Amino acid sequence: MRKRIVRIVLVVPLFAMAFLALAPLLFLAGGSIMGSNEIRDCIRPLSEGSGGFVSWRLIPLYPTLKHMFELFFDSPEFFQMFWNSMKITAAILLGQLVFGMPSAWGLARYRFPGKRAVYLLYIILMMMPFQVTMLSEYLVLDRLGLLDSLWAVILPAVFSTFSVFITYRFFCGIPESILEAARCDGAGELLIFLRIGIPLGAAGMISALVLQFLECWSLIEQPITFLKTKSLWPLSLYLPQISLEEAGFALGASLITLLPALLVFLAGSDYLEQGIVAAAMKE
Amino acid sequence: MYRNKYTGWLFLLPGFLGVLVFYLIPFLDVVRRSFTQAVGGKFVGFSNYQTVLTNQAFLLAAGNTLRFAAVCLPLLILISLGIAVLLRRVGKAAGFLKGAYLVPLSIPAASIVLLWKLMFDKQGMLNGLLSALGIPGADWMNTGASFGVLVFSYIWKNLGYDVVLWLAGLSMVPQQIYEAARVDGAGEWMCFLKITLPAIRPAAFTIVVISFLNSFKVFREAYLVSGNYPQDSIYLLQHLFNNWFRELSVDKMAAGAVLMALVIFGLVCMLQKSWDME
Repeated sequence: MRKRIVRIVLVVPLFAMAFLALAPLLFLAGGSIMGSNEIRDCIRPLSEGSGGFVSWRLIPLYPTLKHMFELFFDSPEFFQMFWNSMKITAAILLGQLVFGMPSAWGLARYRFPGKRAVYLLYIILMMMPFQVTMLSEYLVLDRLGLLDSLWAVILPAVFSTFSVFITYRFFCGIPESILEAARCDGAGELLIFLRIGIPLGAAGMISALVLQFLECWSLIEQPITFLKTKSLWPLSLYLPQISLEEAGFALGASLITLLPALLVFLAGSDYLEQGIVAAAMKE
Repeated sequence: MYRNKYTGWLFLLPGFLGVLVFYLIPFLDVVRRSFTQAVGGKFVGFSNYQTVLTNQAFLLAAGNTLRFAAVCLPLLILISLGIAVLLRRVGKAAGFLKGAYLVPLSIPAASIVLLWKLMFDKQGMLNGLLSALGIPGADWMNTGASFGVLVFSYIWKNLGYDVVLWLAGLSMVPQQIYEAARVDGAGEWMCFLKITLPAIRPAAFTIVVISFLNSFKVFREAYLVSGNYPQDSIYLLQHLFNNWFRELSVDKMAAGAVLMALVIFGLVCMLQKSWDME
């Protein structure tokens, strides 16, 4: 009996924390089907000096799909930005696969002069916050004439060393004996990479992609620094611009913005965990 | 393709060229600029650094950034360790719970801006709740209390990340040691203090450094909620850099970037050392 009570005491804070983590999802899901009047009632205390506090219902009294319809059929701006986000994210991930995977393979499986220095450089770059590289990125993008185009956001991120590092960790785990066996059978180095490295390191690549998807989907600093033209903005910059008068619309837009990230998260949560661990710890 | 001394370079090269063009070479240029005048390019020695280090805004921002780390790192590290330790004994629910803690990682900052506003406004839900409990609230966004909001946001976002890292660290402690200790009559608490804590020390170091580096990302939430010039207590280095950028103070930015890069370089070297020791 005592054991059982102890167990419950332990579990309650765990579930409370989980609720806190999930609450924004419930809030957005409920809010996006709430009618304009109901929302206005809820948030009235924000605008007037009349006192009282914002209240909220997780399940609206009068659910409506009006805001969702508005988003899908009556807001070209939203769609434009949705596609910008998609384009940016897809291009970055594709670029990271094409350039990052061979880099990771080279670092993980070969000895070569300068390897140690390159490795250290990659880790340092991976850890740098954007503010440190902001000026240098700006200078080079300016020189290349890429500012104020989606490429300004895409290209530097393609060469981000973060995904290289994660993939590297997974490539290191492939036993050398397999590669030796392939070499004995006469396979060239390129073939070994394509036929052995890629399939056996797939988990690492997927981990990197999942983590990077979440990162790219909510990019804020880079687009705000490098993109002047509003029609090029991704969703993450558009959302905060919607005023409180259109709170219902903003809630719907927030939910739609969240969904792709959430889907990727749900589909890849095992990989996400592996990636988090691989980026931080030696197995 | 046959293997020789440079095969590794061949694989590395395409990506490495990109790193050179977009990061390394321009950063060297920034280092050069940090020693010259913004206009004219005259060599000025360390005077840009002097300007930055005596700049009021820089001192405020650097102080806040450090204070932020000093408050939220211990909190995050301890809470996540506690959760990880508990998670290992709740059985079936652990998988669901761990997944739930990770969800905030997937929620784009932009999607929660509105919620944060409704929550932390002077007339917001948090104050509503507090007043119902008879506790006086605060104007969370426009006073020093905004620091607390930022700490909360950071912990909310990174809790799952750190829990996963701790679980990985904890799983590396061999189970036999615990069994042996229990046979010798050690209690739960004793086991934790004498076995778990020493065993996870290397992991702890890594987690602290990674969490510190992640703390720079809280800027997204801070920026989205309160813009370029937030309340003084959450004016962070990241805000300062953005503002310098907008004023085109290239000399200050260059010196600031070099200083910050040096700090992070030091941290990474320490991290490297601890990885090598593992």
